[in-house]
Amino acid sequence: MAKNIYEKIWEAHVVCAPEGQDTVLYIDRHYVHEVTSPQAFEGLRLAGRNVRRPELTFATMDHNIPTTDRSLPIRDPLSRKQVETLKANCEEFGIVCFDMYDPRNGIVHVVGPELGLTQPGMTVVCGDSHTSTHGALGALAHGIGTSEVEHVLATQTLLQKKSNTMEVRVNGALPHGITPKDVILAVIGKIGTAGGTGYVIEYTGDVIRSMSMEGRMTVCNMSIEAGARAGLISPDEITFAYLKGRPYLPKDKSWDELVASWREWASDPGCAYDAVVALDASEIEPQVSWGTSPGMVTGVRGRVPYLAEIADANARLAAEKALKYMGLEEGTPITEIRINKMFLGSCTNGRLEDLRAAAKVIKGYKVHPSIEQALVVPGSNQVKRQAEAEGLDVIFKEAGFEWREAGCSMCLAMNDDRLNPGDRCASTSNRNFEGRQGKGGRTHLVSPAMAVAAAIMGHFVDIRDWQYK
Amino acid sequence: MEPFVKLTGIVAPLEALNVDTDQIIPKQFLKRIERTGYGDVLFYDWRYLDDGKTPNPAFEMNAPRYKGASILLTKNNFGCGSSREHAPWALHDYGFRCLIAPSFADIFYNNCFNNGMLPIVLSEAVIETLFGEVRARQGYALTVDLPSQTITKPDGGVIPFDIQSFLKERLLNGWDQIGLTLRFEKDIAAYEARRGIA
Repeated sequence: MAKNIYEKIWEAHVVCAPEGQDTVLYIDRHYVHEVTSPQAFEGLRLAGRNVRRPELTFATMDHNIPTTDRSLPIRDPLSRKQVETLKANCEEFGIVCFDMYDPRNGIVHVVGPELGLTQPGMTVVCGDSHTSTHGALGALAHGIGTSEVEHVLATQTLLQKKSNTMEVRVNGALPHGITPKDVILAVIGKIGTAGGTGYVIEYTGDVIRSMSMEGRMTVCNMSIEAGARAGLISPDEITFAYLKGRPYLPKDKSWDELVASWREWASDPGCAYDAVVALDASEIEPQVSWGTSPGMVTGVRGRVPYLAEIADANARLAAEKALKYMGLEEGTPITEIRINKMFLGSCTNGRLEDLRAAAKVIKGYKVHPSIEQALVVPGSNQVKRQAEAEGLDVIFKEAGFEWREAGCSMCLAMNDDRLNPGDRCASTSNRNFEGRQGKGGRTHLVSPAMAVAAAIMGHFVDIRDWQYK
Repeated sequence: MEPFVKLTGIVAPLEALNVDTDQIIPKQFLKRIERTGYGDVLFYDWRYLDDGKTPNPAFEMNAPRYKGASILLTKNNFGCGSSREHAPWALHDYGFRCLIAPSFADIFYNNCFNNGMLPIVLSEAVIETLFGEVRARQGYALTVDLPSQTITKPDGGVIPFDIQSFLKERLLNGWDQIGLTLRFEKDIAAYEARRGIA
């Protein structure tokens, strides 16, 4: 019978399925960062347990680390303690840790794929909801809580119930100016922030098939914003080309053998899904979020909704609350929304391709005088080095953007990079929740090109009309 | 983990859709390396005024009538966003043991069971009725009985609820998940041998 990729990966990882309980599922790759792991390691110590397979777990520090001068100590004592605790835990339990001075350091979801640690057909988990990013490589990847982090460390398995599957098919070809970020925001706008709850999404269709790996990562990354714990894409030639030569690939097989084994994971033609959603790429506009939930999003030529248009009473209440927080009037055209901050980076849009796209837009322009801060934060040290080798840092700096060290930075504002109350930010990150980028800060989610274009003009503009210099 | 069998408790209403884990506990409180002590910062940005100390009178749950509440009544997609287990830790530390909503986000839902908390899914219509009843009567309490999968209202009305049998067993017995899985250590070793994971 034809099987989809989720069914194949699931079946290959069942350790046992005891009567009356959840399946014991084997985990091939476990990523750990400093925020959600200390209590898990402490739990192991208290119970006298060990890490079963330390060689399958890799740690990086990303959430708390400064994006400024790394030769100085971390100023916040709590952040410093958390980072030091991760290092000490990894040493105690024999886990490789890319600390903040390591050339391989960066955001966990950027580092894993770029080192070849995530491969097709793997089960991948991390105490971080954006673990769904790794699904772009054809892996079953999702976020877990700290108790589950401890469970994986101790047993290299998780207790899991099989999910339903949803095919999200994006047909056609991406029009000029439309990016993977716009695709996933449009998907979330269509199915809602809980539309994927209980499902694993497989993204299919011509648009996905012709999308680069980095673009696929952007799409899979935000599956969680649609409520789906995991989103994945069947591996193909683009996947294999991306993986070739990456340092952590298995050494005991030839390249051809690896590719042949990876190819097997792709969904079979004619396989079934529990739900199917289809989008036509030609209808997708550059997206801009206006509210405090990623589903509160519209095209750049659109406007903030009128409350009276919203039929559902709960949704209307949520929109009313969101507009109040965002300081926006009903009916405001998106292009009239002025910003004073910009953030380019995160596990969603902090990869080389994102930086290239942004640099292309700003070349020959200057940041608008009304912009108080425009931060560019590469997703990893490797991305930063590559960007610098291409001279992108110079383009950003000449245009008035700040070029920073790698990390999660202002996506969640756990380090010193944050919005002040009332700031309005065009952000390439993944969440526009209240206070996400700093208490009282207002976040508009957009693509990298749209973010920097807004920083140049001082308000949102339709990137399809941009005059490239 | 402490078992959950039966609970009678005051119900606190939280009227908001898509309450994300950033609202349940903002990121500045995720820097601690302990599991406890998060109750005071639950719903921090909503619960306190800008000084971070004075209770916000506009936040409904702050009303004296909801003091000591152990059951939270809320709306769709509660717990969406980040996987941070600090969210259930904060709810638990505050005193909540049972959460009632029309739907929960997946990761958060799982995290509750690992902390001895029972999330109950009821229809939107039933939830709306409960919101009305909670506000209409001071001291409104519900009795949640897990073995019989029922909620009993002050007027004697009974609401049944569904729960997966394995999750129910885990809560009733307070089972440690790791301990459960380690019973299958031989199966894990056999699986690894089959895959050549040495």
